[in-house]
Amino acid sequence: MTGWVARPGHWVVWAVVAFFFVNLAGLVLSVVVDSFGTQWFGTWLPDGFTTHWYADAWREFGLSDVLLTTAVVALVVIAVSVAVGVPAAYALARRSFPGKRLVMLLFVLPILIPPITYGIPLATVLYKVHLAGTTTGVILANLVPSVPFVVLTMTPFIEQIDPKIEAAARMSGARTASVFTRVLGPLLLPGILAASILVLVRTVGMFELTFLTAGPDSTTLVVALYNSVFAAGIRANQSVDAMATIYTTSMLLLLLVALRFVNPTQLVTRIREET
Amino acid sequence: MTAVSTARPALRHRLAERGIDRTLLLLVPGLLVIACLFLYPFLYGLQLSFAPRRGGVFANYARFFGDPYLRDTIWTTLGIALPATFVNVFASIPIAYVLRGRVRGKRLLTTILVVPITLGTVLTAQGLIMYGGPAGWLNKVLTVLGITDQPLPLIHNYTGVLLSLVVTGFPFSFLLTLSYLSGIDPSLEKAAATLGANGVQRFRRITLPLLAPGLAITFCLSFVMAFSVFPSAQLVGDPANETRVISIAAYHAAFEEYDYSMGSAVAMLMAVVMLIVIGLVMAWRATLYRGATGGKG
Repeated sequence: MTGWVARPGHWVVWAVVAFFFVNLAGLVLSVVVDSFGTQWFGTWLPDGFTTHWYADAWREFGLSDVLLTTAVVALVVIAVSVAVGVPAAYALARRSFPGKRLVMLLFVLPILIPPITYGIPLATVLYKVHLAGTTTGVILANLVPSVPFVVLTMTPFIEQIDPKIEAAARMSGARTASVFTRVLGPLLLPGILAASILVLVRTVGMFELTFLTAGPDSTTLVVALYNSVFAAGIRANQSVDAMATIYTTSMLLLLLVALRFVNPTQLVTRIREET
Repeated sequence: MTAVSTARPALRHRLAERGIDRTLLLLVPGLLVIACLFLYPFLYGLQLSFAPRRGGVFANYARFFGDPYLRDTIWTTLGIALPATFVNVFASIPIAYVLRGRVRGKRLLTTILVVPITLGTVLTAQGLIMYGGPAGWLNKVLTVLGITDQPLPLIHNYTGVLLSLVVTGFPFSFLLTLSYLSGIDPSLEKAAATLGANGVQRFRRITLPLLAPGLAITFCLSFVMAFSVFPSAQLVGDPANETRVISIAAYHAAFEEYDYSMGSAVAMLMAVVMLIVIGLVMAWRATLYRGATGGKG
C-alpha cells in the first residue's frame, strides 16, 4: 500500500468504520455489563457485579429444554435439507432441461419472499393439520428456506467439479451408487459441511418462522428470548440481558466455526485468493 | 412389437438429448418439499384471503385499503425498509472497495464486521435501548462533550428501528458487496490506470458498471430482510403508531384477532409490494452489462 497520506478517501472510510465499531462495541457492552450488574441507574457503571442473573435466566426460562429443542430442530433441519437439497443441486448443476428456469425460480422464491409472508399461511395450514405448536411443525417451517439455501449454494459448488471425473469412474465400471459415495461424496464434503453450518446459523437465528409455528414446548432460543422480553409479569431487565448474552455467545461460536470452513466473501462468487 | 421396441429407446434417447433423463428424478424430493411447504400454503393463503369472515370475495382487501390505519402500514414499512437498505448498500461500497485488496488485518476486520449477524434482534434492541437511551453511554458522552443539552430521542421511535436495521443489516450487505467486488479482476483497473485514468474515473467507468448487477442483487436481498421488520419494530419502535409496519398488521390480524383470512390477505399484500420493488430493481438490472467480470478462476 503506497501513498496512504495522499488518499483522503481512505481516511474517511476508516473513520466511518471506526465510528461504527465504537458504537457497536458500546451497544454490545451495555448489554453484557448490565447482565453482570446488580443495580444500574443513570451512572457510568452498575453499583456492583454478580453472576446470579445467569442462574436466574437459566432457571426461569427453562433454558435446558429450550437448548435441547433448538439443537434437535437445527440438526433435523440440516439432515433433511442436505439429503434433499444436494441431489437436487446435482441435477441442476449437471443437466439443462426444458423448464429449468422455472425450477430455479421455485427454489429462489422462498428466499426472496420474507419469511413472515409465507409463514402466516404456512402456520394456518399447520394449525389445520394439528402440527402447529409441535417440534415437527417448527422443523417443517424451517425447511422452507433451508432446502433452497442448500440447493442454491451447492449448485455452483458442484458445477466446479469436472464431470470428466465422474465419467472416468463410470468408464472404470463404477455404478451410480458408488460414483456418489466414493467419488462425488468426498469431493462434495467441504461444500456440504459449509452449507450445513450456514443452515445451522440460519436456523438457530430464524425468528419469524419459529415464532409463528412454535408452541410452549417447542420454542427455540430466539423465540424464548423474544418471549422473555414480552412475557407477562415483571422480568428483571438484567435477566433478559443475560439470556441475550447467552444467545449471542452461542451464535458467535457457531459463526466462528463456520468461518473456519467458509470464506464469507466467497459465498456468491467463488474465487481463489492468492495469499 | 418391433416398432415398440425400437421406439422406446429412441424416445428415451431423444429425451436424453434434451437433457431429460433419470438424473432429474433427484430433483423430485426437493421440489416436493417446496410444493408442500411453500407453494401449497401460499396458494391456500391466497384462496383463504378471498374467503373473508364477513362480506364478499374482496372484503378483506377492501377493508385493508379502506382503513387508513391498515393501508398506511405499507408506506410505513417502505419508509423504514427503503432508507435502511439504501444506507446498508451504499455504505458498504466504499468500505468493501478499500478492503477488497490485500489490506493488513483484512481478515480480522471482515470478521468484526460479520459479528453483528450473531447479535440477533433482541440483543440489538436491548443494546440500543440501554446504549442509546436517555441515560445510556451515548447520550452521556454527548452531554459531557457538550454536543447536546438534552438526550437525543433515539429509541422507541422511527430512528430506533432504522438504527436496528442498519446494525443487523449492514454486515450482510457488506459481505455480499465485498464478494461481488472481489469477483472483479483487478487487472481491468490496472489497465485503465496505464491508460491514464485516475482513481475516480477508474471507479466510475470500470468498477461500478461491473459491480452494478451484483449491487442490484444485494439491494434485493437486503430489502427482503429490512421489509419484514417484525421484532425490532416491536422492541425498539413505536409499534402502535410511527413504526406500525405491515408485518405487525398481518400478525395482529392472524394471531391476535384469529382472523386467518384477513391475516393471509395482508401477507399476500406484503408479498405483492415486495415483488413490485424487487421487480423494479431487477428490471433496472436487466439494462446493465452482465458479461464476464474477469473473475479469477
